[in-house]
Amino acid sequence: MSRARADEEEYWHSSKFRAFTFDDEDDELSQLKESKRAVNSLRDIVDDDDDDLERVSWSGEPVGSISWSIKETASSSTSSLEGRDSSLQKGSSSYAAFPKQVSSYSLSSLFKGELYLSLSALSDTGVKNYAPELRRPKAEYKDYSSDWSPKDTVRRMQRGKVCSLERFRSLQDKLVLLDEAVAGHDGNVITAVLIFLKRTLRREILFRELEVRQVALCHLIHFLKETGEQKLLLDLLRLCFFSLSLQLSQYREHLNIQDVEKRREFLKGCIGLPFSAEDTSHIQDHYTLLERQIIIEANDRHLETAGQSEIFRKYPRKASILNMPLVTTLFYSCFYHYTEAEGTFSSPTNLKKTFKIPDKQYVLTALAARAKLRAWDDVDALFTTKNWLGYTKKKAPIGFHRVVEILQRNNAPVQVLQEYVRLVEDVETRLNLATKYKCHDVVIETYRDLKDRIQLTAYKCKVERGSADEEKINSILNNMVRNAY
Amino acid sequence: MAAHLSSGRVNLTALREAGRRELREFLDKCAGSKAIVWDEYLTGPFGLIAQYSLLKVSAAAGARRPGPAAAAPDALASAQEHEVEKMFTLKPGRLPPADVKNVIFFVRPKLELMDIITDNVLREDRGRSPQRDFHILFVPRRSLLCEQWLKEQGVLGSFIHREQYSLDLIPFDGDLLSMESESAFKECYLESDQTSLYHAAKGLMTLQALYGTIPQIFGKGECARHVANMMIRMKREFPGSQNSIFPVFDTLLLLDRNVDLLTPLATQLTYEGLIDEIYGIQNTYVKLPPEKFAPKKQGEGGKDLPTEPKKLQLNSAEELYAEIRDKNFNAVGSVLSKKAKIISAAFEERHHAKTVGEIKQFVSQLPHMQAARSSLANHTSIAELIKDITTSEDFFDNLTVEQEFMSGIDTDKVNNYIEDCIAQKHPLIKILRLVCLQSVCNSGLKQKVLDHYKREILQTYGYEHILTLNNLEKAGLLKPQTSGRNNYPTIRKTLRLWMDDVNEQNPNDISYVYSGYAPLSVRLAQLLARPGWRSIEEVLKMLPGPHFEERQQLPTGLQKKRQHGENRVTLVFFLGGVTYAEIAALRFLSQMEDGGTEYVIATTKLINGTSWIKSLMEKLEPAPF
Repeated sequence: MSRARADEEEYWHSSKFRAFTFDDEDDELSQLKESKRAVNSLRDIVDDDDDDLERVSWSGEPVGSISWSIKETASSSTSSLEGRDSSLQKGSSSYAAFPKQVSSYSLSSLFKGELYLSLSALSDTGVKNYAPELRRPKAEYKDYSSDWSPKDTVRRMQRGKVCSLERFRSLQDKLVLLDEAVAGHDGNVITAVLIFLKRTLRREILFRELEVRQVALCHLIHFLKETGEQKLLLDLLRLCFFSLSLQLSQYREHLNIQDVEKRREFLKGCIGLPFSAEDTSHIQDHYTLLERQIIIEANDRHLETAGQSEIFRKYPRKASILNMPLVTTLFYSCFYHYTEAEGTFSSPTNLKKTFKIPDKQYVLTALAARAKLRAWDDVDALFTTKNWLGYTKKKAPIGFHRVVEILQRNNAPVQVLQEYVRLVEDVETRLNLATKYKCHDVVIETYRDLKDRIQLTAYKCKVERGSADEEKINSILNNMVRNAY
Repeated sequence: MAAHLSSGRVNLTALREAGRRELREFLDKCAGSKAIVWDEYLTGPFGLIAQYSLLKVSAAAGARRPGPAAAAPDALASAQEHEVEKMFTLKPGRLPPADVKNVIFFVRPKLELMDIITDNVLREDRGRSPQRDFHILFVPRRSLLCEQWLKEQGVLGSFIHREQYSLDLIPFDGDLLSMESESAFKECYLESDQTSLYHAAKGLMTLQALYGTIPQIFGKGECARHVANMMIRMKREFPGSQNSIFPVFDTLLLLDRNVDLLTPLATQLTYEGLIDEIYGIQNTYVKLPPEKFAPKKQGEGGKDLPTEPKKLQLNSAEELYAEIRDKNFNAVGSVLSKKAKIISAAFEERHHAKTVGEIKQFVSQLPHMQAARSSLANHTSIAELIKDITTSEDFFDNLTVEQEFMSGIDTDKVNNYIEDCIAQKHPLIKILRLVCLQSVCNSGLKQKVLDHYKREILQTYGYEHILTLNNLEKAGLLKPQTSGRNNYPTIRKTLRLWMDDVNEQNPNDISYVYSGYAPLSVRLAQLLARPGWRSIEEVLKMLPGPHFEERQQLPTGLQKKRQHGENRVTLVFFLGGVTYAEIAALRFLSQMEDGGTEYVIATTKLINGTSWIKSLMEKLEPAPF
């Protein structure tokens, strides 16, 4: 950095550079300036090239659009100039000087508000080796030597005038300045004042004053986040925890921690923080889940590499389970650890208990996992309940139409599918599903129960000719006829 | 390309021209050949102001023409050198070896971009000859933070010109302006950073400098109040801005997005709204799956199906699009088929052309007819793509739930469809849109319902989303019902937000844009024009933030004497974003025969529910699978 500074110094002091040539009318440049003005005014009168019908390149990108042009010009430039680039020549810094042309007709110059603060107010560096803007024509010097009130200072900063903040020495003055800046709503100015305060006030005092100035506080937090001053940021957050809006900011930090062990430790530390009751329980769950995942991951990676376990050999894991959501973890455990006893950390029932996973959610996840493995017996067991007489009954907390959908998505064979379609209570839904998935038996039986001859006859063309299904339809139709008479 | 800007009641070409002029002025400061390095985000908005041709021929075009510019031969030579020769996308590493005098960075004031620029500058070969000069153009504003950052990296001194280009309000169409400030809503409501409001006020000052002082300002909401205050103060502080232009706008209506959180959450059902919901319109361009747009001419795209997405510009310059974009999607099909008949009839005409004169006339119409035909083909394809989605079962189920909520049915209990969607792991944004919609339509959810949704979402999508949920709560989109009272039914009835008998084909009310729901924001604008907000004081008090009226004095000579039957012009500024459906509703009001008001729309960002919720979500790293 010091090297760069020296460069700057050299650069600005080099006699070749003429930083402000306002009264220095270079012939060529003034001509150019004139031609420019003429051209600009011309363009208002003559037709715009780009007002023509838009041309579109074959890729669909309009020819002449900026992104198109980037592609075009970039591709044309890459190779041709390699040679020239390597011709090393210690070039003299031939920076040309251009008059800072203040246009007479630019509208925006009215409002442009080029923010320029005296940077000496913001850093310890002197003015001279800094920005060219500070070396303004003499006429502008008076702008920052005068004694502006806090209000005027903020207004001037908003308009881009140079202002020194160093004059504000007392705490009182600084706070008035800050309040004025906040009242102006211009984040750029607020941040500028905050940087000044941060540099000139003791940390405890700054924090104390910010506690009662929420807007300024948010700007400082944002600034620290952007510039990556983690230490100060965390200190600030710790102090401001009582203010509701910031509670989760520290928890958020865990996202930046890549190492799982460290992340787990960090989350553990978060549990004690004063969140609202529900947030605390979610964060506690988050910690417990990650803790579990670390154990499961270590175990399973070992199993997988050892090659002893059949399930891992048959279905190698696609990714690690670390940092996955709870439901994904449950799916994983239903897939790889379904039959484990409740005592182990990786068993589905253990997960269900620990995290109080609702029945519905559990059944859905287990069903999806077992169906994927085509373990139809497990699927059957999921919905089978025994009553006190020992009779079995099928029950699904999610509705059998959903069961059918999930099975179908996992390419269950018709025999399996049919069994669950039959259990769908609503007749219309049952018929729709059965027709959609070609569960002929169910369709036929349903029409039979409805005594719907017409539909049944119509359905005959949907089944294979000469099949058992067709026979079944025929026999039912015959029966119906007999019964009708 | 600019014709669409002058078609409306207010000629927005002047605004674009002012923007172009400022850009040229900057380019002219850096004499010699130039390469521009683009922050990719900016290329879209800039494309609406100036195309590459403008940048490239900035000076050369003038030199070619006789006139004062070409007076001296060396002026011509240097003018030709002046052009922008190369354009690159900003990325880390060494800059491409373009042989130019100037390298100009066009960037937003963001620290991560400053790091890239630093990298570029530090890797620049100091020994190359001739050396290249560096400049930065900050859009829309110079930032102290960024410059200090560059200074700390030791490269600030490398830049000769560091300037700003205040691209505040960008003209999108004849009646539409946007600041394209993606995070404005988030900054205002989550981060208490109101810089974007400051920019909005500045944009409005620029607008007034071009189109005259706006005599009446109305507003609703905290942010609206701030913007109005800033405008009034800026006017006081810039005596030079006292202009003598006859006012084009009669009224300015400032509306906070948080006054109407409901509207963007609902699925838009206009043609343009659906294109945006499904494919996302960026800076008037949309990228579509290419399958339905097979190349018409042989040999152009080869025999293979195109794999690059099809990119189309959508604005009122296209006659057909201007006609159908604001219609309810259900009314688009009939217009397209009618147009198809007209065009094929027009092409049939050639058989009847007998005389040379007739043939000549037919041929002279051909280019126009061909343009109309390709436009029709494009929109038929788009409509097909959309129809595939709107006829899907899930779209229908989703819409049914939305409409139930908006009409006040079952908003106080856990919704089955939402639960199912969570169980099936539908995209999180979809879930959040629905849950927020339910919360807004119930003035907050019962604590038990809210906790249930939160738990399901966190368990299924990951606990880290607690941050996003927290953001949504802070923004007021998702909250527990605190007052114990649900105000929404009163608001709905008083403002007639739900209309049962909606006519999608020939609408008679703005509710057609959501097939039943009339956007609250637009209803407020409508009621302001007639009969005035005094009639709805009670409801206004239920909505967040103050409502107010301000007057800006005009010199007597500029006061308007309204011609009989002449419409008023109102500028509606949506602070925090506006949807295409809301724009359509305002255009519908502009076109009403006895409406009496025409609307021009300005906003911080064009949004839809998805892009809006996305802007409020915590940026989390994508899951590996």
